[in-house]
Amino acid sequence: MDNNHVVLETKNLNVFYGNFLAIKDVNFQVFRNQITAIIGPSGCGKSTLLRSFNRMNELVPSARSEGKILFNGEDIYDPTIDPVEVRRKIGMVFQKPNPFPKSIYENIAWGLKINGFRGSKSEMDDLVEQALRGAALWDEVKDKLDQSGLSLSGGQQQRLCIARAIAIKPEVILMDEPASALDPIATLKIEDLMRELKENYTIVIVTHNMQEAARVSDYTAMMMLTGEGERSGTVIEFDRTNIIFTRPKDKRTEDYITGRFG
Amino acid sequence: MPRETLIRQINQIRDEILILGSMVEQATLSAIQALKNRDTHLAREIFEADQNINEKRFAIENAIITLMATQQPMARDLREMTAMLEVNTELERMGDYAKGIAKVVTRLGEGDVIIPIQEIEKMAEIAVSMLHRALGAFVSENHVQALAIPKEDDQVDELFNQAYRKIIEAMIANPNLIDHTNLMLWVIHNLERLADRVTNICERTVFSATGELFEIDGMDEDDANV
Repeated sequence: MDNNHVVLETKNLNVFYGNFLAIKDVNFQVFRNQITAIIGPSGCGKSTLLRSFNRMNELVPSARSEGKILFNGEDIYDPTIDPVEVRRKIGMVFQKPNPFPKSIYENIAWGLKINGFRGSKSEMDDLVEQALRGAALWDEVKDKLDQSGLSLSGGQQQRLCIARAIAIKPEVILMDEPASALDPIATLKIEDLMRELKENYTIVIVTHNMQEAARVSDYTAMMMLTGEGERSGTVIEFDRTNIIFTRPKDKRTEDYITGRFG
Repeated sequence: MPRETLIRQINQIRDEILILGSMVEQATLSAIQALKNRDTHLAREIFEADQNINEKRFAIENAIITLMATQQPMARDLREMTAMLEVNTELERMGDYAKGIAKVVTRLGEGDVIIPIQEIEKMAEIAVSMLHRALGAFVSENHVQALAIPKEDDQVDELFNQAYRKIIEAMIANPNLIDHTNLMLWVIHNLERLADRVTNICERTVFSATGELFEIDGMDEDDANV
């Protein structure tokens, strides 16, 4: 599509739950330091695709996949690859903010500790501050780091989860509907934060809200149910976001984004 | 502050509109220069400049459409986006007026003609000054300034009438020069229309800043009595 560096790439990806083919034959690329949005109607496999990128689907007992997912050119499903290591480099932020029932400070520190942090208290303080600043939350919480993460507002909790994700310095952050539980202003704050984060990270976001995809992303993948009985999801169009939302090539994309779908 | 992307992109388009405006100002003043000096070479350069104006107009239009599609502007932002589309179109038309004057220069060649250059130069000077300030008011959303500028169109109309009389008198006195001198009517018509279109920009500024949509007095399409 252009000369951007490819971080993640799927090749003929199929994902099954038992005998059910949830997504089929997905081929697309995620570019470094760009925000890629995955949009499409409910049940078309957006979250399944997103969770494939850091092997979260394996946590579903009946799930299996075919094809390849390359992370910096390496197949993350290769038997020699440690899924925990994959998830350290490819972090995830979920729809509902899910801070640990611990202090704001511990929410950040905990991830660092289980990832082998062995430094001093002041080094840890610095890392916690860095992560909270990176998530545009520091100024709001610096005087109450020992309070519970759950005492924060929904938007702040989501930024705390983002701070927790970036504390361990992943390369890619996957976001599954990160703003759908937030009010419009908190949503816009998260979107501005994403724009800042993309300077240092690569972001893939799944969203029901195509206006959000339009506002925040650089690239957009449109997913739709296709195939026999229209039961399996696939990427029907992938392009720069400004093209998808002004002159999409696939009529199904046009119908979806203009609200004429279904 | 939320919506940094939207604000940054609006500012970028404002800058592009100012650049397009300065291209139109330059083309207009060059066209008058070419007429005064009977410089057909300069006139042909204006044809090329008009190509650039047209291309920039489409680039700005595309940027506005993309911004509308991707950033969902509302209220003041939405008004400004639609106003920008209008202003963009007005500027492109003004560029055509400059090109029209350049075309007159090439048609004249070295042929004899009577040019009321004093009035023409003054018309261009006032019209370009109005345009320049109107665009300044537009990008700074200054509706008070925008409401004041169209009054100056009266001066342009007065100069138009003076030039018109001179041209008609010259044609009566020199019937053998009618073909060429008639072209001067086109020149003053284009300048008069250019100034009229400044009023349209001012109306869009008022709309963008206040939400009020009305015609500012002092402009009458039928005044262009050629």
